[in-house]
Amino acid sequence: MPALKADIITQLKKDILALQGFKPLVHAEQKIDLGTINHSFPNAQFPVGTNHEFICNNKESLTASSGFIAGILSALLEKGGAAIWISSYQVVFPPALVSFGIEPSQIIFIHLRNQKEVLWAMEEALKCEGLTAVIGEVSCVDLTTSRRLQLASEQSRVTGFILRNQPRQLQTTACVCRWQINHLPSDTADGLPGVGFPRWNVELLKVRNGKPGAWQLEWSDGRFNEVIKKYSSAIEEHKQAV
Amino acid sequence: MKRFVAIWFPYLKTDWFSIRQPHLQKIPFVLVVPDHGRKLISAANGSANAQSVYKGMVAADAKAMLPSLEVIDDQPGLTERLLKRIAEWCIRFAPSVAVDGEDGLIIDATGCTHLWGGDEFYLKDITERFRKYGYTVRAAIADTIGTAWAIARFEKENFIVKPRQQFTALLSLPAAALRPDDETVERLNKLGLRQVKDFIGMPRTALRRRFGRNEFKIQNLKFKISSADIITRINQALGVEEEFIQPVHLPAPYEERLPCLEPIATATGIEIALQRLLETLCKRLKQEGKGIRTAILKCYRIDGKIERVEIGTIRASHHAAHLFRLFELKIPSIEPALGIELFILEAKKVEVHSALQEKIWNSNLGLTDTRISELLDRLSSKIGANAIRRYLPAEHYWPERSVKAALSLDEAPATTWKVDRPRPLQLLSRPEAIMVTAPVPDYPPMNFQYKGKLHTIKKADGPERIEQEWWIEQGQHRDYYYVEDEEGCRYWLFRLGHYNDASYKWFIHGVFV
Repeated sequence: MPALKADIITQLKKDILALQGFKPLVHAEQKIDLGTINHSFPNAQFPVGTNHEFICNNKESLTASSGFIAGILSALLEKGGAAIWISSYQVVFPPALVSFGIEPSQIIFIHLRNQKEVLWAMEEALKCEGLTAVIGEVSCVDLTTSRRLQLASEQSRVTGFILRNQPRQLQTTACVCRWQINHLPSDTADGLPGVGFPRWNVELLKVRNGKPGAWQLEWSDGRFNEVIKKYSSAIEEHKQAV
Repeated sequence: MKRFVAIWFPYLKTDWFSIRQPHLQKIPFVLVVPDHGRKLISAANGSANAQSVYKGMVAADAKAMLPSLEVIDDQPGLTERLLKRIAEWCIRFAPSVAVDGEDGLIIDATGCTHLWGGDEFYLKDITERFRKYGYTVRAAIADTIGTAWAIARFEKENFIVKPRQQFTALLSLPAAALRPDDETVERLNKLGLRQVKDFIGMPRTALRRRFGRNEFKIQNLKFKISSADIITRINQALGVEEEFIQPVHLPAPYEERLPCLEPIATATGIEIALQRLLETLCKRLKQEGKGIRTAILKCYRIDGKIERVEIGTIRASHHAAHLFRLFELKIPSIEPALGIELFILEAKKVEVHSALQEKIWNSNLGLTDTRISELLDRLSSKIGANAIRRYLPAEHYWPERSVKAALSLDEAPATTWKVDRPRPLQLLSRPEAIMVTAPVPDYPPMNFQYKGKLHTIKKADGPERIEQEWWIEQGQHRDYYYVEDEEGCRYWLFRLGHYNDASYKWFIHGVFV
């Protein structure tokens, strides 16, 4: 009897998720492997066909967030497809995307200064079913606008990434996830000189129906790898703390 | 019974030059083309011809003979362009006009001359009009193309051949008038058959044995006009054998009109009119397998003003709903004032529409998807096409030149992206000067100051030297360093110039992920 009850509860939970916009993946290959981060999401899947919001407080974190998005985008675009990148402040240098396994000619770049135009273009693009992902860089998004974007992306199954560049205030938005990505010092193997693989502190501040958390990720070998502190360095830190 | 007019332009190209540069009208001048390191005369005007300067001579020789000779460079393809344009203009005289060789036109004037009041006035109108423009022409009318051609070029006075009088008209003309190839003319002349009357009465078997078509001749044919042997030419001139022309066609414009009974002054009215126009135009385009690239809607107002709105598409499209959406964004800019009485929708640029094969599964089409090109059309109609870019690799090491904007949505990368060195995701639109403490000779910097903030460098890679491409721009080389500061932020710095020079400077050029 309790087993049956548990079954009913999981089924009901799934139904609620579907009503809230978490549609199950149509193609199994759309699955994005983010390691342990995946457990924070409902259904243990990176939510595709929804909007993600990235809080960037400075130019550096804007670039770090772009890098994290590029990592996700490479998995999304693996089977072909196209994406639109709408920027207003930053100038994306396409060759850098190659190191994330993205063919830059698959991406259409739009450069707009006006915030209103960015939001309009983003909404139009999110309505286009032929696209895989839309990345937009804006400063403020209010609840109404973000809900429009979210509904458009739920309808068309296009994943939206909103880069909030130096937001003045953090209102509630209809985005499913709110992230904050910051740089972390890189580490080279065995302390060799030079700069190592890019490393970030990834914080999932908010996620609808999931568990927020923080992780340290590194982009190496064409995928995200979680940074596991080496035993020796952990001891050193411990010593310093003592 | 048919009637044909042959028009001959003896000085087509030189006339064209004299019309544009009136000072050339009086003086002898020639057009030249380069050929094996010398300049060959490709056309000479009347006064040059009068002083024994002809086409085919070397320009230097002619200049020695006639020091006052003006020499102008020829334009390649001018003859074809000119003749085609003139042929299109000549459609005013008859519906079917053909380009004939390199210096003439053939007009099928059957049933047209009486509108001018007879052959005489018809020919007069043609020659007068050309003379007014500045072209030297000779035109003749006859029952067959062959006779008209011969009379226009070789007859001096009477350019009208009465119906069924070809035979008598041709008799006194030279052998070349029958359009045989050069070799046949030469052989006829050698045999003393200089005029048409000398051989036109000969038995055909005898003519065929001597001048008939043989394999060797066919290989040496240069022009289409000489592709028939002398017997065929005689038959064509006399009208025994039919000759055909390839008339030029004026392309029918892609245009739709919608006159309105009542003047329209509302946006809804304009929308309805637009929808109707687009439906009919798209139906026609669909049948012809074409699509619109640019279209213009002209609204003729009652007060005589014309309101125009224009749209453009990235790929040729005949999707009425999509084109309507593009126009819809521009409807607010139409000022109807008292009302619009006539709408004209014109497709200014039309291209072949490549229909994509429909797929059963809704798989990822990528950039070939029409939905994406339609989206971009909508975006570019509001924000301008300049804001939308796609990038392809360019074969340059200099970072600013290593990418180029793609010209179209279909353009594929011509080379591969260079990935051997790290590149920043965010490139500053122009490098910004920074204050740097760096040990000499070329160690990475220890710290740098950017926008009032001091960054201490903990880790660094480099230098990567990128030389200025001297064939494009002069300047100093850049030594790039990939550095990481104490917070883990990664930057791309460079030193412009050599560390030995006193004038070197440090810049920041990008932020890494």
